[in-house]
Amino acid sequence: MTLVETRGLVKRFGSFTAVNDVSFSVQRGEVVGFLGPNGAGKSTTMKIIAGFLEPSSGDAFVGGHNSRTDALAARKRLGYLPEGAPAYPDMTVGDFLEFIAAMRGLDAATTRKRLGILVDRIDLAEVWNRRIEALSKGFKRRVGIAQALVHDPDVLILDEPTDGLDPNQKHEMRELIRELAPEKAIVVSTHILEEVEAICTRALIIARGEILADGTPAELLAKAPVSDPDRQRLVKTTPLEDAFRHITLEQAGA
Amino acid sequence: MRTVYLVFRREFAGYFSTPIAAVFLIVFLGMATGLTFFVASFFDRAQADMSAFFLWHPWLYLVLMPAIGMRLWAEERRSGTIELLMTLPVQPWQLVLGKWLAAWVFAGLALLLTMPLWATVNYLGSPDNGVIIASYLGSWLMAGAFLAISAAVSALTKNQVLAFIGAVVVGFLFVMAGFDLVLSAVKPWAPQIVVQAISSMSFIGHFQRITDGVLEVPALIFFVSLIAFALWLNVRILEVKKAA
Repeated sequence: MTLVETRGLVKRFGSFTAVNDVSFSVQRGEVVGFLGPNGAGKSTTMKIIAGFLEPSSGDAFVGGHNSRTDALAARKRLGYLPEGAPAYPDMTVGDFLEFIAAMRGLDAATTRKRLGILVDRIDLAEVWNRRIEALSKGFKRRVGIAQALVHDPDVLILDEPTDGLDPNQKHEMRELIRELAPEKAIVVSTHILEEVEAICTRALIIARGEILADGTPAELLAKAPVSDPDRQRLVKTTPLEDAFRHITLEQAGA
Repeated sequence: MRTVYLVFRREFAGYFSTPIAAVFLIVFLGMATGLTFFVASFFDRAQADMSAFFLWHPWLYLVLMPAIGMRLWAEERRSGTIELLMTLPVQPWQLVLGKWLAAWVFAGLALLLTMPLWATVNYLGSPDNGVIIASYLGSWLMAGAFLAISAAVSALTKNQVLAFIGAVVVGFLFVMAGFDLVLSAVKPWAPQIVVQAISSMSFIGHFQRITDGVLEVPALIFFVSLIAFALWLNVRILEVKKAA
């Protein structure tokens, strides 16, 4: 079942084209990794799917609902973690999550049940009454994930969910995403290659606003050139890194 | 309406979770009473009315209302929380209304705290309380108009200082609309009807009619329509920014 779909998405900011004709779809059970250099258009694409930005042309669909013309229905089925996991610093974790749940129209009983599950699963009990401004980066990111999951959405759009986390926290976040995967369609952006291998069923390599490659991590690996033995000795790279460099630099004409 | 209430409650609590509320209330009360007693010589006038108090409100609000309105949207843009808010399954007007209501009720609270002055006037003499009630209402509505303008300007930027300055400039034009400073810039070239239209936008003119106790209804309608227009503009700005 197709839960996320984009058709010919284009986004221009003035004369700059941030996203150029991006089309792909994500089925239930898939975890799609958006992989690309900084400024490649990953976040912009995610913002369009989430309905925060409108595309210059093309359409994005969430659960079959157009994110522009049928925005409320699309947003109901979507959980979105914006870049940097923003949250209101002056609120406590509990107040913030209850606010989001109420804004999403959850009744008191459902809210209690959902937050109970999330607090356990994401380990928020010890910071429940703490102000968000006083949280560590790891906890802030977890609060961001929790607000995206409050209404148990079909679709999750996570913009750099592991950015700034320490190795243990990264591991936990990946475990969580893997655990959620069978029930949902998940799009994750990252520039950490090992992450793609660890959690994604499919990867899209994006650079300069265009999709350069679309396939399973294994398929992308097949595109890697035979490693240059000289370089291998100087800088230790993984095969996936080689594939990524090969695909993104080739397009730049380097 | 539940959504509007939720936004209102979060925003209103936001004023009190930082020192903003306390600082604002102290500055407002200090300036409002300071101007009344020292500049307008409340006691020397020996009149049992509150015109010396209300006289200053347009000027007081010109600076203080942008100070509480500037954060409404600029703060959300700077911190990125606007992305959360605008991707929730809610309508933009619900957010705009909730935020403005929070600022407006907060301004109302500040105004409420000046009531001891009203009690004093009643203790010292027998003022026309009908005019005073109308003046309080008019003052609150005028504060609402300043706030709606501030909120709309705030939606344009993620910089609170710019939002403040922009709101003061726009507010200043409305305050001064009936005066030559603004009118003389228009008079030489614009037809008479435009000049009249601009001068009829004057906050001071409308507010004075309320505090004088004459022609209250048109002035009240003026402030209410201006609030409605600025809130509509705020919604439009949010929508246009999405497509920009």
